[in-house]
Amino acid sequence: MTSAPAPARDTIAVQLRGITKRFPGVVANRDIDIAVRAGTVHAIVGENGAGKSTLMKILYGMQKPDEGSIEVDGRTVSFSSPADAISAGIGMVHQHFMLADNLTVLENVVLGAEPGGFGRLDFRAARRRILEISDSYGLGVEPDRLLEELGVGDRQRVEILKVLYRGARILILDEPTAVLVPQEVDELFGNLQELKSEGITILFISHKLDEVLAVADEITVVRRGTTVATVLPADVTARRLAELMVGGELPSPETRESTVRPEVVLEVRGLTVRGEEGRPLLDDVSLTIHAGEVLGIAGVEGNGQAELVDAIMGLRPATGTVRLGDRELTELNTRHRREAGIGFIPEDRQRQGLLLEAPLWENRILGHQSQRPNVTGPWIDRAGARADTERIVREYDVRTPGIDVAASALSGGNQQKLIVGREMSGNPVLLLAAHPTRGVDVGAQAQIWDALRTARAEGLAVLLISADLDELIGLSDTIEVILRGRMVGTADPRTVTPEELGSAMTGAGEAAEPAEHGPAGGRHAAGTVAVADREDAGRHLVPGPDPVPPDSGPGADPDLDVPLPGTAGPGLTGTGTTGTGDLANDPDAGGEERP
Amino acid sequence: MKRFDLERIGLGLAAPVLALIVAALLSSIALVISGNSPLHTFNAMLDYGTQPETVVQTVNKATIYYLSGLAVAIGFRMNLFNIGVDGQYQIAAFFAAVVGGWLLLPGPLLIIVVVLVAIVVGALWAGIAAVLKVTRGVSEVISTIMLNVIGGGIVAYLLDPHRLGTIVGTQQVTTKPMPSDAYLPGIPVSGGEIYGFIVVAIACGIAYWVLLGRTRFGFDLRATGLSETAAVASGVSVRRMVIRTMLISGGVAGLVGMPLLLGSSHAFAQDFPTGYGFSGIAIALLGRNNPIGIALGALLWSFLEQSAQILDLENVPKEIVTIMQGVTVLSVVIAYELVRRFSLAQQQRRVGAELRAAAAPGTPTTGEGSPA
Amino acid sequence: MTATGLVESMTKASTAAGRRRGIRWPLWLLGISGMLVLVSIVRLITGANDITSSGTTGAALRLAVPIGLAGLGGLWSERSGVVNIGLEGQLILGTWFGAWGAYEFGPWWGVIVGIIGGALGGLVLAIATVSFGVDHIVAGVAITILGGGITRFLSALIFVDTPGGGVTQSPSLPRIGTVTLPGSGVLRDIEEKHWFVVSDVAGILGGLITQISWLTIVAVLLVPLTYLVLWRTKFGLRLRSCGEAPGAAESLGVNVYRMKYTAVILSGGFAGLGGAFLSLVATNIYREGQTNGRGYIGLAAMIFGNWMPGGLALGSGIFGYTDALQLRSGGQSVHALLLLLAIVLGLLAIWSLYRGRRMRAATSVAVAAAALIWFLTSDTVPDEFVGFAPHLTTLLVLALAAQRLRPPAADGKPYRRGEAG
Repeated sequence: MTSAPAPARDTIAVQLRGITKRFPGVVANRDIDIAVRAGTVHAIVGENGAGKSTLMKILYGMQKPDEGSIEVDGRTVSFSSPADAISAGIGMVHQHFMLADNLTVLENVVLGAEPGGFGRLDFRAARRRILEISDSYGLGVEPDRLLEELGVGDRQRVEILKVLYRGARILILDEPTAVLVPQEVDELFGNLQELKSEGITILFISHKLDEVLAVADEITVVRRGTTVATVLPADVTARRLAELMVGGELPSPETRESTVRPEVVLEVRGLTVRGEEGRPLLDDVSLTIHAGEVLGIAGVEGNGQAELVDAIMGLRPATGTVRLGDRELTELNTRHRREAGIGFIPEDRQRQGLLLEAPLWENRILGHQSQRPNVTGPWIDRAGARADTERIVREYDVRTPGIDVAASALSGGNQQKLIVGREMSGNPVLLLAAHPTRGVDVGAQAQIWDALRTARAEGLAVLLISADLDELIGLSDTIEVILRGRMVGTADPRTVTPEELGSAMTGAGEAAEPAEHGPAGGRHAAGTVAVADREDAGRHLVPGPDPVPPDSGPGADPDLDVPLPGTAGPGLTGTGTTGTGDLANDPDAGGEERP
Repeated sequence: MKRFDLERIGLGLAAPVLALIVAALLSSIALVISGNSPLHTFNAMLDYGTQPETVVQTVNKATIYYLSGLAVAIGFRMNLFNIGVDGQYQIAAFFAAVVGGWLLLPGPLLIIVVVLVAIVVGALWAGIAAVLKVTRGVSEVISTIMLNVIGGGIVAYLLDPHRLGTIVGTQQVTTKPMPSDAYLPGIPVSGGEIYGFIVVAIACGIAYWVLLGRTRFGFDLRATGLSETAAVASGVSVRRMVIRTMLISGGVAGLVGMPLLLGSSHAFAQDFPTGYGFSGIAIALLGRNNPIGIALGALLWSFLEQSAQILDLENVPKEIVTIMQGVTVLSVVIAYELVRRFSLAQQQRRVGAELRAAAAPGTPTTGEGSPA
Repeated sequence: MTATGLVESMTKASTAAGRRRGIRWPLWLLGISGMLVLVSIVRLITGANDITSSGTTGAALRLAVPIGLAGLGGLWSERSGVVNIGLEGQLILGTWFGAWGAYEFGPWWGVIVGIIGGALGGLVLAIATVSFGVDHIVAGVAITILGGGITRFLSALIFVDTPGGGVTQSPSLPRIGTVTLPGSGVLRDIEEKHWFVVSDVAGILGGLITQISWLTIVAVLLVPLTYLVLWRTKFGLRLRSCGEAPGAAESLGVNVYRMKYTAVILSGGFAGLGGAFLSLVATNIYREGQTNGRGYIGLAAMIFGNWMPGGLALGSGIFGYTDALQLRSGGQSVHALLLLLAIVLGLLAIWSLYRGRRMRAATSVAVAAAALIWFLTSDTVPDEFVGFAPHLTTLLVLALAAQRLRPPAADGKPYRRGEAG
């Protein structure tokens, strides 16, 4: 693998011709044509739902194309399982890690390609081989640790090692940066350059354009299931790529003016959630949200956001107080909290937000089982619930032939629109929105943003949790940064850049400190830095090469935008590239431990 | 949207019909292997099974099975597996019989008290499993099975002349018989008498339908069954639901012994039948936890048993019916699963097709992969 | 939730237990010796010599084997991600086919035919759950119903015309040979002295080496063999990966369906062997209802053993022992065990209090007090209660132990090829 001779750059490693794949009700891929040259990083970009992941599953043998052909190193191949793809030298690092928590790193890596004769698993040989690969790429993997003890970054390295262990020469990386903060992304790109120099071909799937432009040798754009263009990064701008991806006008998450009112809606004081071993997963968190205010929570996933939402909803035991308006919620159960006026868009809509096999109108009742128009007394009001479901379908543009179809029949975006509509019903005073546009198509994303903005203008208080930093910056009135269960800083969304937020989210400034002490100083890592030049705005779908700072209108409430003392400091702006090395090598930095 | 409904009903019927055909085929194979003619066997069963006396027996047994099936089904609807209906109805019938024998009350009042005792005892016995589940995390599947054996042991211990039993006739140990004015009259028809308790069974079926389909409690229960995580996020307290549902299931299970106790035996003897609880599981599966489906399942189950009585005279081992029952259950659960998947996929396809047809040009309708 | 509920409900606090990789040997030895001393004290106080007699331990071993084999069956199946509630049905098939095979072809053929019978039950479960995606518990219950039906029909067909046989039982069956290891006689002599601890050890060891069926030896060896195969071979790793993360396994080219099929069929084979043991060794006749819920008890033993072969063997031992008591002056022995229970729970209460778990301490004290009062106010325990001692023990053990367990992560979850990721 590492000793394989670097193939000439003009040989084609992978050639896809006319790939078409249909699912019930959707064509995921249609006439896909891609040629990937050996020893290059070839990016495949497209917005969520464009068909990138399906395409990669086809290339990796997890799904069979209905039409079309695949050639690897000039030979036509037909994969009926990943095993076939592996033996053809293709490896895949999945967006959601494909790892077993209760197995060791070693077991995870060697699974399916174990060393040893006569059926015996030769642990010693396996350990040696893993350390060999790990050392030669500087991955720092410990073979005998139980996987559940590892953080996100380590898990990704295990995934990459897994693929290298199998001798892959063609590497598929499916949204590898989705779980990483910007500094970790740089580290990953360093690894990719090294792999490329060893002659490995990399297929890099992403919808983040600045990353693609930075790392790729060639870029293929996928839109609505088909390839629309293949370009060289030197020939395009982020804006041009974005237009190719969307094929039309670019939506934006920006809110126009502040609607924050003086009255406090949610007041959380000293909220603490402990894990099974008594370690705090959420540590003494206090926050306040006013009517008409969107409070965004920025943080690497697994730093207590889920616990914060659960604790406010009463879904897990917590200490501290929660007040909604002038009502004390601390002692109330989830249902009573909902009745008090909290709407809830859960992180995982299929697990927490929907009854997939129940019809839409029953899903309208879910979470509002004790509220009109769904019930009268102890009885379900079918007519009322149905009529109101029709209203939601109409007002929130849920694309469905009717309200009697099962929720599972709808696309992700339409499912989410139904949830948003439902949670906006009954005049909530507070909305907890966890990743409200995750995995939905662009059209639905824009509609959900509109709905949030409208409700905010009418005085709704919103707690917004999102991994999409542009969404956070665009929608929020205030951003709090959460790290290892603690609120470590406040940022002004009008001025902060995604990179600055990223630094704050990893606690990059304190990587040099002993990590065990955590954010004891409670320093505010991010703050109002001067309006950065936003040339990199094309990173997402923000229109215009040099947009006006979005929130310069007169409506801004000055009281809320006052930065906390000591926020802007040299530690923040200086972290850029120098901090990354420390960060990646310190397993405790970056707050990637998962609960 | 009527089309979806019609299709759903059609698919709903397809599953049991398909399963019954498969079951009949497999049973025929078993019959052929054992050297008997399937056609002859089925004919004999049909002939005997449609005689008035057999029909009455079938309906009576089906009444018992129906209650048992309902008791199991209410748990199934929230993925709670009450395998302990067998123990619950026995211990309930025993204590109900004891109270019925010792309490001095006018007949109708006594009947009501006896039934209430049965409900309460059945519910309490099931409640043990519920409490163990919510406080100690013990799977109800295992605890209810263990409680079946323990309940049987306790009944055997108490049913002793020195304790709560008496000796009637020669050797038979039994509880003190209930007074004759507390006999629940049957419904006379040609061929015999149908248990008067069938009225209660039907009422239970209606109550089940109303409870699950029309009340908040029922919605919470079904939501928990469909997705526990979603139910919790919607404000359902799953612990409380487990306790309540198990109590209701046990209460209904307590009724299983009542048709027999009030309608014919009037006392709990050592030979009080066992195993109705396990039939109830099969019947709930057959009826897809639907009140009408369970009724049909109970009738089928009972019909197979009753009509098989003739087979010994035809020199066919009547135990063939246990194979028919087992195969039917297995093929039914597989058929339901296949139809469920098919109909969900079908809906997805249909929704996709309709949306594409309706979409104006330029409206984005792509989705990645299967949306589910 | 579906079948996973069974698993999830038992695993509220799983991660902590997962890291505690096995208790060390010295701790085990300490525990065992402490328990021996306690039992010996109880024996001396109550005079219930049968609680450690060689007769009791011999019977306990005989009764632990079918439970343990069912448990191993459960282990294989659940390590691959399929909950096998149909163990009871496969055990039933094993009893019948074992008896029939032995009657027709001789005892060892009976063992093989019994295994095949159980494996067929496993195959049906695999078809229903793996290929058709039926809920594991529903399918398991259906198989148990089917198992009872098939055996009854086959008995009516085959055993009815045999001497002593009928619809519910087989004729008496040829036996499998036994072996007595050297030293048995000496141990017997020591045992009869009724010395403190020494005689108890002699009784227990004596029971384990006197007149041991060859099949028992085979069954006991299957425990370490299972460990070696599942944790030390490629096949074992692949099988376990299907129970932990089938999507990951699939992405690495493991044929998850095939692994699951293999595991579930083997699972049925283990249960079938357990059934054959019941009809051929534990008794020498097939009788309907002979299994008496041992499939479920085996499952409980596996849960108690935290999905590990060693723990499972310990659990089966406990259940086999309580089961054996009804054969050996049950009333008196169980009565003596009430005292033991009171002492053990008393100690547990002190420990819980020390760890600050008041609720648990209070429950333990309450049960201990009840057991003590029962012990003091009676001379013996009624036979009816002795009969359900194993089942009550199962309940108690699960209630006390079910919290710190770690089942395979994908146990009981539906899996379909190509839907991962």
